[in-house]
Amino acid sequence: MEMIGEIVVSFLLVVGGIFGFVGSYGLVKLPDQMTRLHAPTKSATLGVGAVLIGSLVWFPTQHGQVTWHELLITLFLFLTAPVTGNVIAKANMHVNWREEEIPKPSPDTSWSTYGDPMHEPLNKG
Amino acid sequence: MIRRLLPHPYLSLVLIAVWMLLVNRWAVGSLVFAVILGVVIPLMTAPYWPDTAKLKSPGRIPGYLAIVLHDIVKANFDVARIVLFKPRRDLQPAWIVIPLELTQPEAITALASTITLTPGTLTCDLSEDGQALLVHCLHAPDPQAIVDEIKDRYEARLKEIFA
Repeated sequence: MEMIGEIVVSFLLVVGGIFGFVGSYGLVKLPDQMTRLHAPTKSATLGVGAVLIGSLVWFPTQHGQVTWHELLITLFLFLTAPVTGNVIAKANMHVNWREEEIPKPSPDTSWSTYGDPMHEPLNKG
Repeated sequence: MIRRLLPHPYLSLVLIAVWMLLVNRWAVGSLVFAVILGVVIPLMTAPYWPDTAKLKSPGRIPGYLAIVLHDIVKANFDVARIVLFKPRRDLQPAWIVIPLELTQPEAITALASTITLTPGTLTCDLSEDGQALLVHCLHAPDPQAIVDEIKDRYEARLKEIFA
């Protein structure tokens, strides 16, 4: 049992390492900031996910106790990764793109990041 | 009465579950404290959440999560393949606009997060009127196909979950 556990954990750690590497390599290789964002938000999630599953397998097989913290870390990661990506993307839209280069949602509206905050209703509720 | 004490029942349930997982071992004392937190925190943050999320069929949420999880794993392999093997000049990044049928803020947030976590797409912004999402694609030879896939695969399911 301990042996099988060790093999599974090692395999998951190697997979995690490979995906972590791919995510970092993507940062170097992809051509501009917007495409670079894709590599760490995706590959890194599976990289970290594999390490967490490894940890989830390690504790019951080696120490005989179940931990649930890894599930929480996964949950928090999946909740925060899209928010980070969204905020970095908005910053990119202001720094590296002009409003005309990005397709408009409809002829007479624009994206909220280009909108005028003074014209927004502050609190509808 | 119960409505005023528990303005956000789902939030309370999630808080109780998260606290029990954080404590990491079963004890009645922990459960009591979790319930206290699950009641007090939604009450204290109620001014920030004027509307409650309205769920039509919460029973479909696990199925949706399973599909998203499957797609996340697939997305990782797809992106890894693009990063490692696709020459830079063959890459066709594109901005696409996804017209929304969902209207609830919670539903739109769920869709936006799903898009970011799944194959080669990243949600960048919401339109001022809240009726379209701006999505950036890592590699999109056929942008319309991606719009259709997102609408069929995720938005249709979210429409069934949220009222």
